[in-house]
Amino acid sequence: MKLINVKSVAAGLVLLASGATAWAQAVVKCDGSSTVFPIAEAVAEEFQGANKNVQVTVGMSGTGGGFKKFVRGETDISNASRPIQAKEMEEAAKNGIEYIELPIAFDALTVVVNKGNTFLKEVTTDDLKKMWNSEAQGKVMKWNQVRAEWPDEAITLFGPGSDSGTFEYFTEAACGKKGDSRGDYTASEDDNTLVTGVSRDKHALGYFGYAYFVANQDKLRAVPIVNKAGKAILPGEAAVKDGTYNPLSRPLFIYVNKKSLDKPEVRKFAEFFMTKGAEMAAEVKYVPLPASAYTKDLERLNAKQVGTAFGGHNETGLHIDDLMSRPLSTQVIDKKKEGGAEPSTTPPKKDGK
Amino acid sequence: MTGPTQATMDLVARRRRADGLFACAGAVLVVLCLGVLVLLVGDLVRDASARLHWSFLTNYPSRKPEQAGILSPFVGTLLVMLVTGCTAIPLGIAAGTYLEEYARKNWLTNIIEINIANLAGVPSIIWGLMALGLFIYGFEKWFGDPGDEVFGLGRSILTAGLTLGLLVLPIVIVATRESIRAIPQGIREASFACGASRLETVRHHVLPYSLPGVLTGCIIAMSRAIGETAPLVTIGALSYVAFLPPVPGSVVKDIDGNVMGHAGLFDWLHSGFTVLPIQMFNWVSRPDTRFQANAAAAGLVLLTVTLLMNGVAIVLRNRMRRNIQW
Repeated sequence: MKLINVKSVAAGLVLLASGATAWAQAVVKCDGSSTVFPIAEAVAEEFQGANKNVQVTVGMSGTGGGFKKFVRGETDISNASRPIQAKEMEEAAKNGIEYIELPIAFDALTVVVNKGNTFLKEVTTDDLKKMWNSEAQGKVMKWNQVRAEWPDEAITLFGPGSDSGTFEYFTEAACGKKGDSRGDYTASEDDNTLVTGVSRDKHALGYFGYAYFVANQDKLRAVPIVNKAGKAILPGEAAVKDGTYNPLSRPLFIYVNKKSLDKPEVRKFAEFFMTKGAEMAAEVKYVPLPASAYTKDLERLNAKQVGTAFGGHNETGLHIDDLMSRPLSTQVIDKKKEGGAEPSTTPPKKDGK
Repeated sequence: MTGPTQATMDLVARRRRADGLFACAGAVLVVLCLGVLVLLVGDLVRDASARLHWSFLTNYPSRKPEQAGILSPFVGTLLVMLVTGCTAIPLGIAAGTYLEEYARKNWLTNIIEINIANLAGVPSIIWGLMALGLFIYGFEKWFGDPGDEVFGLGRSILTAGLTLGLLVLPIVIVATRESIRAIPQGIREASFACGASRLETVRHHVLPYSLPGVLTGCIIAMSRAIGETAPLVTIGALSYVAFLPPVPGSVVKDIDGNVMGHAGLFDWLHSGFTVLPIQMFNWVSRPDTRFQANAAAAGLVLLTVTLLMNGVAIVLRNRMRRNIQW
């Protein structure tokens, strides 16, 4: 129960609060990733249209900033463009916060070049690594240094800044290590700046979220990525859904505080998210999950199955079916001991009421 | 007496030319500055023109660019400014008056003076961090259990207003002191000579006479506060808000429509909020380029509000000036 009037009096700032009543306005508080924001905003808008008495707030503090509030119990739902990390899990456990991990959509990191670039037919993760890893700084400056058949032209790189989840995922998927990136590229937190940059330079290459590519298809060309099976695949709804666009497609999540589910407005909102999520994600140009995944999400929600499928680490190139069938755990998995990021086989904690 | 020699006349002519040259350079610079401003505002108006409707002011933000409006960020900005004005202006004027009229000049007031001057230059993000530590985490830690939200001020309009209030407080204090200092000592002495106490002198003479200057300081302070984003992001301004803070006395219902009670007089202070600059930033960074027009229109509204605020204050100031006759 939020005693809003007590809060004012205690703070000693509002002396006339005696007129206030001790009611709790039905509020659903979401915060977190700016990548997930458009989806959360769309769902919140629809939900408030259907439930006039509920207030839904969506913040945009970034995945890390959102989790900081979430593990303190400040928010009901945390939007995340990566799974919850070991440190955040420990913090949550310390504060007695339990969470339900719900994948809600895909984001396909898209490698783009200028419309005038005709030679780049496909690119492998090895090529990307050659261009982007930290050793390339100041050395790999021309296209033909990456592949001999590419032209002897200066290569101009555009990408997000190191605070972004997109940067983290890309460096891990392409360069093999989170944060392993050269520093001498044009970095911007505003993806529209990257769009403009690549569209003005014939020999530029950049990467950002799929939605920004879709909105700017007239100015940019997406480059097919050679996947694990050796096929060059263009990012697109079908390729992302069936998992062939790998390893640059990643799932997006919301994390729901289990305790918040006792509030009817939060439970209804989370359910609404799972039923309307696909439609809303598509509307804001993200790739929805297959329908079966949302059904699984709803099951998780109803059973209040807490924990994460990742054990506190990032992972790249994961197929959605594998992700949904994995056991959940609130335990951090020690990568070194396990020799991989595979979570231990503790059975999912069920908390049926 | 002979007339001026040729040499003197040459000198004068040269000086006149230099004078004219300087005036021209000044005029060119003014035109350049104004030209850039006109270009910027013109560009803003052109980008915004498609979205300038009443519905833009009365709609909530939306994922659909054509339906999106600025009702909640606009009201948020106004309410935060209200709290900021109610704290910074009285506190700043009182502090400035005290420092000029009452405080003895010693090392302590010297330190305070230096600090106020320095505070005016502190980057705004630092104020945000301080507010986060003090109003949100600090109050919660000192008065309650972590996370229980009973004692911290939370991420609310109240916190935002107080933060911006502190941010602009030094500006108000400095402006107050400057304009009090401009009042001739003779005015005070005349007042004392008539038997007025210090309080009466301040109330009837010092404050009214310095008010035009103080008002200018307040305008500058509020104009700075209205465009601030960094400290508000730090203390947790939201990005999507599609409701207004509760109007005192309005009926509050739960999810099923059952009446829960009535909103108290000050409940709106504890509401979550967003402000215009944050909404603009949100729109500018969207993939869908149609949102750019919305951002421009929101910018135009923000500009208009600032100009209106300034205009009202200037009119008030001129009126007050007319009443002062020494």
